[in-house]
Amino acid sequence: MSWEVVIGLETHARLSTVSKMFSGAATAFGAAPNTQASAVDIALPGVLPVANRGAVERAIRFGLAVGGRIHDRSIFARKNYFYPDLPKGYQISQYEQPIVTGGTIRIGDGESEKQVRLTRAHLEEDAGKSLHEDFHGMSGIDLNRAGTPLLEIVTEPDLRSADEAVAYAKALHALVRWIGICDGNMQEGSFRCDANVSLRRPGEPLGTRCEIKNLNSFRFLERAIQYEIARQREILEDGGRIVQETRLYDPDRDQTRSMRSKEDAQDYRYFPDPDLLPLAVSASWIAEVAHDLPELPEARRARFVEQYGLTAYDAGVLIAAREISDYFDALARRLPQQAKLAANWIMGEVSARLNRDGLEFDRIPLSAERLAELLARVADGTLSGKMAREVFDAMWNGEGSAEQIIESRGLRQISDSHALEQLVAEVVAANPAQVAEYRSGREKAFNFLVGQCMKASRGKANPAQLSEILKEALAS
Amino acid sequence: MLLSVEDVQRIATLARIAVPERDIDRIAGELQAIFGLIEQMQAVDTRGVEPMAHAQDVVLRLRPDAVSESDRREQFQAVAASVEAGLYLVPKVIE
Amino acid sequence: MINASLTELAAALAGKKISSAELTGLFLERAQAANPRLNCFITLDPERTLAQARAADARLAAGKGAPLTGIPVAHKDIFCASGWLTTCGSRMLSNFVSPYDAHVIERFNAAGAVILGKTNMDEFAMGSSNENSYYGPVRNPWDAGAVPGGSSGGSAAAVAARLTPAATGTDTGGSIRQPAALCGVSGIKPTYGLVSRYGMIAYASSLDQGGPIARSAADLAVLLNAMVGFDARDSTSLERAPEDCTRALEHSLDGLRIGLPREFFGEGLSADVARAVDEAIASLRTLGCRVVEVSLPNTRLSIPAYYVLAPAEASSNLARYDGVRYGYRTAQYDDLLDMYMKSRAEGFGAEVRRRILMGTYVLSHGYYDAYYLQAQKIRRLIARDFAAAFERCDLIAGPTSPSVAFNLGARAQDPVQMYLSDIYTIGVNLAGLPGLSIPCGFGEGGRPVGLQLIGNYFGESRMLNAAHRYQQATDWHLRQPDGEARP
Repeated sequence: MSWEVVIGLETHARLSTVSKMFSGAATAFGAAPNTQASAVDIALPGVLPVANRGAVERAIRFGLAVGGRIHDRSIFARKNYFYPDLPKGYQISQYEQPIVTGGTIRIGDGESEKQVRLTRAHLEEDAGKSLHEDFHGMSGIDLNRAGTPLLEIVTEPDLRSADEAVAYAKALHALVRWIGICDGNMQEGSFRCDANVSLRRPGEPLGTRCEIKNLNSFRFLERAIQYEIARQREILEDGGRIVQETRLYDPDRDQTRSMRSKEDAQDYRYFPDPDLLPLAVSASWIAEVAHDLPELPEARRARFVEQYGLTAYDAGVLIAAREISDYFDALARRLPQQAKLAANWIMGEVSARLNRDGLEFDRIPLSAERLAELLARVADGTLSGKMAREVFDAMWNGEGSAEQIIESRGLRQISDSHALEQLVAEVVAANPAQVAEYRSGREKAFNFLVGQCMKASRGKANPAQLSEILKEALAS
Repeated sequence: MLLSVEDVQRIATLARIAVPERDIDRIAGELQAIFGLIEQMQAVDTRGVEPMAHAQDVVLRLRPDAVSESDRREQFQAVAASVEAGLYLVPKVIE
Repeated sequence: MINASLTELAAALAGKKISSAELTGLFLERAQAANPRLNCFITLDPERTLAQARAADARLAAGKGAPLTGIPVAHKDIFCASGWLTTCGSRMLSNFVSPYDAHVIERFNAAGAVILGKTNMDEFAMGSSNENSYYGPVRNPWDAGAVPGGSSGGSAAAVAARLTPAATGTDTGGSIRQPAALCGVSGIKPTYGLVSRYGMIAYASSLDQGGPIARSAADLAVLLNAMVGFDARDSTSLERAPEDCTRALEHSLDGLRIGLPREFFGEGLSADVARAVDEAIASLRTLGCRVVEVSLPNTRLSIPAYYVLAPAEASSNLARYDGVRYGYRTAQYDDLLDMYMKSRAEGFGAEVRRRILMGTYVLSHGYYDAYYLQAQKIRRLIARDFAAAFERCDLIAGPTSPSVAFNLGARAQDPVQMYLSDIYTIGVNLAGLPGLSIPCGFGEGGRPVGLQLIGNYFGESRMLNAAHRYQQATDWHLRQPDGEARP
């Protein structure tokens, strides 16, 4: 009998504010230890938290983007536990009354789609970091990260495989970057997932779950879930029981292990933080944020199909990141009749070149305006595909605009029929043997004659036009 | 309600306060007496009463997202028990 | 000079009759001389204090004096003051030199006041007798065998003994009013949210409020003007237009309705206190007040509600004291857990440990609704009682404490008895209302009795007005321990 895998994800997205959730300390990554830990962050006696409007605004943005409900009143609570990277002895986190509930994230391509339901998204603060290098048998505590704003995004247990979990995480990752609330930098821990995994027989109630903490790459997420599924299946099939626990994925061993520090049953003693009043979000604030919200991926995908006639697949590829879709949009707006050409160039030439140079899309050295000029020359027949790639290379290297490069390299395709006729006439006159061969039915001779014409034009003849004119000349 | 020795041990561990074995009975007794006082509350019918968390019925003020603090590590760490390379040192943390 | 009002002191300083260095030196000498006996101060730092006084003199000479320029004020050791040892009465912070100023300290600095010293207090403001200080008990200047009350016992005793013209305190369940009453001085706890809690070491955040202790209502008004003010660093600080609390001091009391809650005059109130308070109410009547009876039916429940809410908040507020970033760390430990458990067991005194355990328990799994939530609901009932009472009166009057100062050690072993003595003050904190205490006579053993006045939200000016008119008509507030004025 088969097992059904049930997965829910909790994702911590570090919000892209310049200052912390409850203090005016900077959030920049990579500063020297404890130099961005203010009096509030290190929890000196007597200090108090003051909430960051920018963080709340980003939570509202998220709520709008997933179609969730943004509550006019939410509450910051204290989650009490002792840990050296938690200076106050409690984490401020929304608990019973989060700012956002509900909403969905779509996963899958055109063929198999799925709406993953969100339970909630709430604001909280990050903890500091424990560094375990040996300081005479001690651990070192860096509180620079302490107090950084996080949005914790929790799904319903809607995911059924590691692949789905990864697809969801990627879609969420793209979305938070799209709406500009999180830089998505996974190496720096800006986007971390906890996966709740359980197995059950189809139709039966949910099984006991294990939570795998702090998965900071899509690959680790996938591997950890796969390992966990196999581990649980083995236990269940041997007649054992799953113990509810928190586990850690060890990428070096490619396995999960129980977290010792979470062994005791936790009793977090949540209660509303008396230092913070209820968080109010007015309808007018929500409207203001909605007004400033960029076009969302789903809407844009539909528009690309509708407005530019792209296939659902192509549109889906182009909305993978906002920069790509913005770029395409800018390109297609300049070449409305050549949207397919624009899409092909972005998915082909442009992304290959970015890949080769190890660049993200937001670092592209070529503006959409410039590329549009190039593609216009392809569209109007000035450049052949091969010439266009040559010009593209030169533009990428900063040698100037398409026009300048075409001029300076003399790359203008000869499409002037008069010039081509003259050129053809010369070639025909100079190669009577091959002309005779062709006329006697040997098609191969035609290619030779085209080659001669091309050579005479130094490669610049418009191939389609040339072939037509040559055919005409030979027929007469 | 009776506060057991186990209850005292459990909350002492949660609160990270060592309670010597010999004091547990006494502390349980003291807490017992105090909770006797507190139990008076339980007789009150509070159905439909909204819990009161704050004295004033006002909402949270938000500050603009701006950096207002600079590095004061040296001053802050002057009062710390153990510091090295800018880090606070604690007995090894096991995850 | 030691009996001069703040207004008189300001005039003397402005008129160059005395310099701040001289005035401050005078009080410093008295404080140093009395401290071995009364133990009012945890820290006196004459050098730092006199430097500040000399700076004040320079400002006065330059004609840049502010309302309190050059006047020494003692601060409860709960207020963080930059460069000052700030212990909160605890071994846990016995090595904590604050790197920053509390908002209250900033305000006093801006008003030109001189920090005379840091006063003794019950550890983390938990106590009603000042016996819970790591630095030893404070003694009542009226009787060295009696407690001064708490938790702002050092401040109240220092003002009573004329060791400082004025002091600050904090009041979570009566910690300004009760020691003021027991020491025969005046003290006010403002409406919650008026005085910033930034830099005031937290006990129970939703109840804590700073306020002044002085010898008269008029002085309290001057001090309150300095202390009250919006602070963006405290999310519970209220944004209100500044109000001059001295403005209404002289107003007539004609027709002012004084409500007497019957629950404040029943069982548990000592006869000597009742007599003095009755006389005070008679005086208020003479001054034109109308007396009406009101009811605060849930008064009895304020103690259980308080002893759930305050310890719950405290258990969390005091979790930061773990010996990692500052404060006491035990000498010997095996591992992290051991370090936490020992540092906190050794760093905190018995009452603090007890309240942390209580608070941890009421918040723990399975008990939250029965205790914490129920207490918050009762808090609402208590606030409603006050609202109903204020429909019928302008101020509520009654005793501050059920008895005069008790003897040192008398209740130290019985926390329940100790907690019950907060019965008349706690409701005010739960509701977030302003309350003050002024001396109104003497009871058993010649120990002072306090009259409590409770105002509606933001009713400080009116309360101070009534207290001031009462003090103009009586001389209890002028009595001084060990002086001829003592009855």
